[in-house]
Amino acid sequence: MNFDFLFSNLPQLTIGGLAFGAIYALIALGYTMVYGVLQLINFAHSEVFMYGTFAMLWTVMALGGADAGGIQLIAILIAALFSAMAMSAIIALLLERVAYRPLIKKDAPRLIALISAIGASFVLAELMGLRDRIAGWVGLDDNLSEYVGKARINNSMAGVLDAPRWEIGNVTISSIDVLVIVAAVGMMILLDQFVRRSRLGKGIRATSQDPETAALMGVNPTRTIQLTFLIGGLMAGIAAFLYMLKIETTKFDVGFLLGVKAFTAAVLGGIGNLRGALLGGLVLGVAETWGSALFGTEWRHVVAFVLLVVILLFRPTGLLGESLGKARA
Amino acid sequence: MSKIKQRFVALPKPVKILLWVLLALFAYALPLLEPPIISTPGVDFGGVLFVVTMYCLVAIGLNIVVGYAGLLDLGYVGFYAIGAYTAAVLTSFHAHWPLLLAIPVAVVVTTISGVLLGAPTLRVRGDYLAIVTLGFGEIIRLVAVNTEWLGERKGISNIARPPSIGGQEGLFEIPHLFWGDGTVLIDTKDTTQFLVFGVLDQIPYYWLGLTVVIVMLFADRLIKNSRVGRAWEATREDEDAAELMGVPTFKFKLLAFATGAFVGGLAGSLYASRQNFINPDSFLLLYSILFLAAVVVGGQGNRWGVLVGAILVAYLPQRFREFDDFRVLAFGLALVLLATLRPEGLFPPRRTVRAKHLEQELEELEEGAGGEESARV
Repeated sequence: MNFDFLFSNLPQLTIGGLAFGAIYALIALGYTMVYGVLQLINFAHSEVFMYGTFAMLWTVMALGGADAGGIQLIAILIAALFSAMAMSAIIALLLERVAYRPLIKKDAPRLIALISAIGASFVLAELMGLRDRIAGWVGLDDNLSEYVGKARINNSMAGVLDAPRWEIGNVTISSIDVLVIVAAVGMMILLDQFVRRSRLGKGIRATSQDPETAALMGVNPTRTIQLTFLIGGLMAGIAAFLYMLKIETTKFDVGFLLGVKAFTAAVLGGIGNLRGALLGGLVLGVAETWGSALFGTEWRHVVAFVLLVVILLFRPTGLLGESLGKARA
Repeated sequence: MSKIKQRFVALPKPVKILLWVLLALFAYALPLLEPPIISTPGVDFGGVLFVVTMYCLVAIGLNIVVGYAGLLDLGYVGFYAIGAYTAAVLTSFHAHWPLLLAIPVAVVVTTISGVLLGAPTLRVRGDYLAIVTLGFGEIIRLVAVNTEWLGERKGISNIARPPSIGGQEGLFEIPHLFWGDGTVLIDTKDTTQFLVFGVLDQIPYYWLGLTVVIVMLFADRLIKNSRVGRAWEATREDEDAAELMGVPTFKFKLLAFATGAFVGGLAGSLYASRQNFINPDSFLLLYSILFLAAVVVGGQGNRWGVLVGAILVAYLPQRFREFDDFRVLAFGLALVLLATLRPEGLFPPRRTVRAKHLEQELEELEEGAGGEESARV
């Protein structure tokens, strides 16, 4: 165990961990909201995120982000943010329509919904991984080769953004890490307020507390479910944007491990609880980074899962408990 | 479907037993017959059938955990891995035990690990349990990746094979069938040496796997119809009610976990022996999901349904190898379609169907006879 390394780099590691955690938290929102309303693990949510990363990457490529600078680059990044959010939201809504609504209508057992989501997750990931072949069928592979090529390996947008690093004392802090943390925490606070105060948010809470009574009170359940998927998708889009800023590389199966981690974060904080998702994500991110400094990077994921098991042993419903519905306005 | 079943149940017992024996014989003979449509072009049919038996075995084990006891386990591949690694370490990497000695040890180790995982985690319920077990499966794999003592990424090779009956030559040879255009011939060049466990011919492994599956089916039937099986089902349907009626639910959940781990470990050690080589990539989280899919697709809680699910999940990707790259895509589509079209699984257990019917009837009654009156009754 390398305590010296951990303590000498503590501020830097913590900032990096918080940035990762903030991304986990944004993805975790998608899990936690769907769980709050439907009591289902939305297994395909990781793919919603993955499509967002590609939307971001492709927008930057299409608008010539590699050569741009200054104001132009900022405009391109904003466009990329919106396309990532739009793409993720569309995929999330599609998912709800195809993989969930038919099952909810039939009042199917919950495990079957899980299987359906797993199937949808496979389909979405493979469609992305086979996009070169599919483009070949419709004869577009030449026109789109820049986008559909390298379908099963890493796709990178490295070097587009040359972000400054700040030196404070002997600590180097990446400005992107700070941006990621601030943006994610800001979005979470906005969302929290939205769910607590707005009419639509109250509808979501009512449905998660008691769907039948909520329906009697005039809350349209189908609309509410759609809304939760939409919000989850939008948040996953923002997470995808921030992730691409930080990591700069994506792949068709990038969602899988991130999805598992984000779900872990949601459970850690108490699934169904928005503030729990934020707390769980941040705790998970920091613990992972510290853990990998202590034991070596290869133990990073082990640290995350062991932490989860240990916390659930002492708090079987997560750090803050389940409570999308119970949250008081 | 149900008519055929009724007619089968009505048959006299000796006829039923005869039919079962015929079915079993057909299953044993399947790789020798190499039937034209079923057999897999380009892939060794015996090998595919062996994988199918392993999936069946795993499905039987996981069905006890998920189907009978209602515990959602997403890390079942962890037990499979523990079984495989124990067999590998004992027969090749750190010791040179014969396989027949290593398998019981592997099974005991997995059962103990099932108890060790279950004892602390079974306090959490439902989806929390799912994610804890998922984490457990990943921990097992990552530990194998990072531990030198377990061969790290390189894995472990030269895992022992079962002892061949009658030495390397075997007792006798069995010819395969050859399907020409409309003619069936006995192919004397293509033969299987009876119960010789070697590199080339995988049929003896299939026979071994099939035998284990049949034994486990008998055991499963015994345990399902026993007090233990009923306790599991009571726990699954309503844990609190079961506890109130005097079922020590925690104890039975732990037992289910241990039993499931037992079967999973057995399958893992057999798989390791047949592969002769394992590495952490043999135990990806994906397999946990495939195992769960096998159980749920077939109809969780139904022994035969689960077998059908396992056969579909293991066999279809091999049969349609031509689609190669599109296999996972097609599999995903199939899962979504199946879930939306048959939400109870292909073959839901009778009790689930009955419960569903009753529930519907009750609802109709409540709606029909003016809420309050019927609610009081």
